[in-house]
Amino acid sequence: MAEIAHRGWQPSSALARRRPVAHGLARLARRRSTIAFLMCLPLIVIVAGLVIYPACYAIVLSTLNKSQTRFVGLGNFTFLLSRDVFWMVVWQSAIFALSAVFFKALIGLITAHLVNNLPSRGQRKWRGMLLVPWVIPLALSTLGWWWLFDPTHSAFNWIIRAFGGTDIPWLSDPFWARFSVILVNIWYGAPFFLIMYLAALKSVPEQLYEAAAIDGANAWQRFVHITLPMMRNIIAITVLFSLIVTFANFDIVQIMTAGGPRNMTHVFATYAFLLGIRSGDIPLGASVSLFMLPILAISAVFILRGVRKRARDIA
Amino acid sequence: MTATAVAVEPAGRAKSRPSLARNRRWALGTSYVFLVLFAIFFLTPPYYMIVTSFKSDAEVAHMATNPWIIANGVTLDQYKLLFTQTDFLIYFRNTAIVTICVVVITMVVSILAAFSLGRMKFWGSGILATGIFLTYLVPDTLLFIPLFQIVRGLGLLNSYWSLVLVYPTLTVPFCTWIMIGYFQSIPKELDEAALIDGAGHMQMLLKIFIPVALPGIIAATIFAFTVSWAAFVYPLAFLYSSDQQVLTVGTVTSLIRADVYKWGMLMAGALVAAAPPLVIYAFLMDYYIAGLTAGATKG
Repeated sequence: MAEIAHRGWQPSSALARRRPVAHGLARLARRRSTIAFLMCLPLIVIVAGLVIYPACYAIVLSTLNKSQTRFVGLGNFTFLLSRDVFWMVVWQSAIFALSAVFFKALIGLITAHLVNNLPSRGQRKWRGMLLVPWVIPLALSTLGWWWLFDPTHSAFNWIIRAFGGTDIPWLSDPFWARFSVILVNIWYGAPFFLIMYLAALKSVPEQLYEAAAIDGANAWQRFVHITLPMMRNIIAITVLFSLIVTFANFDIVQIMTAGGPRNMTHVFATYAFLLGIRSGDIPLGASVSLFMLPILAISAVFILRGVRKRARDIA
Repeated sequence: MTATAVAVEPAGRAKSRPSLARNRRWALGTSYVFLVLFAIFFLTPPYYMIVTSFKSDAEVAHMATNPWIIANGVTLDQYKLLFTQTDFLIYFRNTAIVTICVVVITMVVSILAAFSLGRMKFWGSGILATGIFLTYLVPDTLLFIPLFQIVRGLGLLNSYWSLVLVYPTLTVPFCTWIMIGYFQSIPKELDEAALIDGAGHMQMLLKIFIPVALPGIIAATIFAFTVSWAAFVYPLAFLYSSDQQVLTVGTVTSLIRADVYKWGMLMAGALVAAAPPLVIYAFLMDYYIAGLTAGATKG
């Protein structure tokens, strides 16, 4: 880097020999913004063509009938709102997302503290081990979980039986099926919180803890009065972000239960897939997925605020 | 932590030091106990997948022995079966093609855009940067139905090229976002020097910014790779024939053929399919984590 800087500065003495400076700068500025815009163009095309256009198209689709020949206004939405199954999907999505995010954040916070307590040599190894769930493609690890929950071969049930218990119908009983999909989501998502919190913990100035230790604060007081306030923003950002991702989760439910038993475990994404792709009613499917929009928009606004605030704090 | 101990020392050396050391030992011990418990929770599924993939069909089916260990001898039959009797290698090839194309597209698009948004600034660039961050928050499960229609309209249904078309929506926004952060952290003097030197914008990007921001580029590349390797909902919606299928959907749906699930082979497939991201992450974990956390802690 020093070498580049050095080479860069060398000919600056030649500046005096250049043409009138003002004219050159004006041209430069004009050219600069044009070039800058052209460099952004591929990105703009991708975002406009494959995110904004489909999002608007989804709204258009949701106002059509099944064969997409007739405008039905809000017909699809009123139809959905009148169906018990849809309300079950709403509740299940909310339970799924809120409980999974809560436990992910909790486990992430605990494990981040535990790893942070270790001598620095061992931290990397433990962090690597604890991150494994997050690195395996979710569809594939869910397949592994499905096999663990298999009705006749469940390895969990083998352990339960060894202790004299009776088999748990992991994926066929509504309660246990809900429990299972949430458990897998926690398993998959907690490591993300772990790395975020670990990075945040390392950015808390050590002097604060030293001062607190001199004042005689115990571990819990240090956590409540230093760590939490310092990490509040990053906790908010990760929780909201995870809320979006969890709300929109598809892989786990689709693979393990496909919404069953009796539609009890459907979330928005899998229900939209069932209606839109499997049953071929694309407008109805689009309507279901659009119900995710308000939750996402609200979370997005708060995330953006948090990120901006964070940027200001650092600067 | 060691700094804390040292700092306290002068205050009450004789009294507090032994108890502090004991407290620390005790805290460390509890940390290890709990970490082991969490590690067991996190590593149980991969462990069980590995164990199952090395068992014979008979042992998997009959459950006469402890399922958590390989009782009747290690066998590679499941892997042999996977590579010779199924379309697994086709899925693998398709995923590799899609992933490589998506990574290249993503990196070219996002480096150019990040350089422009982070360093050059033009009318509306601030709004655009925010807009990109918001795009990153739009999940794939919100867009797969309209995209299904669009892909069908383009005649790309049941072709893995449809994935090359749509995956950049998952990768480009975040990669651009982290690259903006990296580019902004490079001192302004560098590009001023290069401009005075007579370097064009492209030269500046290639000769200065890309080499200096290499850690960020590695992080973004790994992100793009992981996302396109693991994507599930788009291929499940867009692809249906075996010769076009990719690893995630292929393993989860197409390998399940007969009435009896061949769990040993399925687990072998899932493990081989998960291997490339695991290997990459084993070597480049630090870059990846630095890139991911920088987005939230710095940006």
